[in-house]
Amino acid sequence: MTWTFKGNEPIYLQIIAQFRLSIANGTYPPGTRIPAVRELALEAGVNPNTVQRAFSELERDGLIYTERTSGRFVTDDEDVLRLLKADLSSETIAQMFHQLAALGMSGSEISKAVKEWADAHEKEGNPK
Amino acid sequence: MSILECRKLTKRYGSLTALDQVDLNLESGKIVGLLGPNGSGKTTLIKIASRLLQPDGGELLISGSRPDENTKSIVSYLPDRSYLPEWMKTSQLMQFYSDFYMDFDRKKAEELMASLQIPGNVSIRQLSKGTRDKVQLILTMSRKARVYLLDEPIAGVDPAARDYILRTILSNYSPDALVLISTHLISDVESVLDEAVFLKQGRVVLHKPADTIREETGKSVDAYFREVFAC
Repeated sequence: MTWTFKGNEPIYLQIIAQFRLSIANGTYPPGTRIPAVRELALEAGVNPNTVQRAFSELERDGLIYTERTSGRFVTDDEDVLRLLKADLSSETIAQMFHQLAALGMSGSEISKAVKEWADAHEKEGNPK
Repeated sequence: MSILECRKLTKRYGSLTALDQVDLNLESGKIVGLLGPNGSGKTTLIKIASRLLQPDGGELLISGSRPDENTKSIVSYLPDRSYLPEWMKTSQLMQFYSDFYMDFDRKKAEELMASLQIPGNVSIRQLSKGTRDKVQLILTMSRKARVYLLDEPIAGVDPAARDYILRTILSNYSPDALVLISTHLISDVESVLDEAVFLKQGRVVLHKPADTIREETGKSVDAYFREVFAC
């Protein structure tokens, strides 16, 4: 994974967001081991305490767990993973709605536009 | 518990007040940025902590004691200029540091030097500025100190050398040690910092976790610094 950080947001939140995405999209499949704090801090060029803070929050949310001696692993709890995906999708949709609302579109216009876009691209994707 | 503490620390050079009643508590396990423009008092504070200067008022305590021979043995100081004897060869430097500092990890320093492919038989004057800076940093970070005082460790080096220096600082991280980095090149170092201390005309105007600054202001530490110090 390559790491770039936006300067104007807390780094621990950016690490959390990156891990949530990587877990949801299968870059880190359920049950796989994630890097150690020091390893990730060096790789990403950030403070070890910042990484530790991000891991603590991910652990509190049940997305990763610690095995006392062998490290940290991605959860294999399917309910947690399903919830993560639902969260990420509603975050993305909310963002899109905000951006389109800023252009002056109403909720129903946006829904209609989304449906039309999906229909058009479904045909594209399945030419048969 | 604080490993480095300033209580009303004051230092004057004639009519100029370099440090003005500074109160500051810094803890072990933190990498702290001492940030301020030229002339804000950064080097003066670091020199008092390394016992090169005496305060005119107040005090600075390292692990509860005023700087003396004992605190020197737990403080590793990187000056902001070249301080190594020009004629010395890198191999002699290793011996020099081993003789002077009980906590010098010679094996570690030699490994770091080898990774830079610096041969043991060249003298300091044969090295480029960037390489000298790296050698000085290796010597400083290869001590097992409780407090590392790094005065402008990345000033005037190229981006590759800067990355090397920051990586060396990070890979040396210890929960028992404080690393204090003075710099005005904030955007280059801010991602490695736990906390930022802003020094303005000899006073501490801000001391906060770097992520808290980003959270509260919606700005990078660098952008916020520019705002606070706008002329």
